[in-house]
Amino acid sequence: MYLARVIGTVWSTRKHPPLEGGRFLLLQPVDEGRRPDGEPLAALDTVGAGPGEIVMYITAYEAVIPWKEQHPHVDVAGVDASVIGIVDRVDVGADA
Amino acid sequence: MILGRVTGSVHASVKNPHLEGARILVVRPVDLEGQRGGRPLLSVDRVDAGVGDLVLVCREGSSARFLFDDDQTPVQAVVLAVVDDVELAGR
Repeated sequence: MYLARVIGTVWSTRKHPPLEGGRFLLLQPVDEGRRPDGEPLAALDTVGAGPGEIVMYITAYEAVIPWKEQHPHVDVAGVDASVIGIVDRVDVGADA
Repeated sequence: MILGRVTGSVHASVKNPHLEGARILVVRPVDLEGQRGGRPLLSVDRVDAGVGDLVLVCREGSSARFLFDDDQTPVQAVVLAVVDDVELAGR
């Protein structure tokens, strides 16, 4: 899992059917000090996050787990990144 | 598994229900000299590690999920040991 800031929303009417009803967010990965770190990516929202928020996201196969659980009829869903939490606060050590 | 240094802890009140109660730490991968490098990753803590600790992180999702009771937990990286010392042969 990684930290990111939500920098936008991707609107898509026609999409892979198992993702019907889903919302895609544009994320800018950040480090523990909320500084940009890495290339922006798109991710499926599973928690109701919005622009400006710091979120946790998960990639690879694990990205399909939350969506499949929320939509039991979905057998396979082709996503490789999902937002799974909205971050209130990151406590950092003195050297971070 | 990789060696990393805990640099922070994440507090999120809205999150996937399977992560309820989980402690989520920010871990920076370190090299053999202990220098931080690479992107920070969020890891679920299983050993009560804290900021500043050198830790061992299992970051292969399917293996990491073995550490949980169910396979619906969206987790990729798990802190599974606090490292006391690393001894390198010949150094």
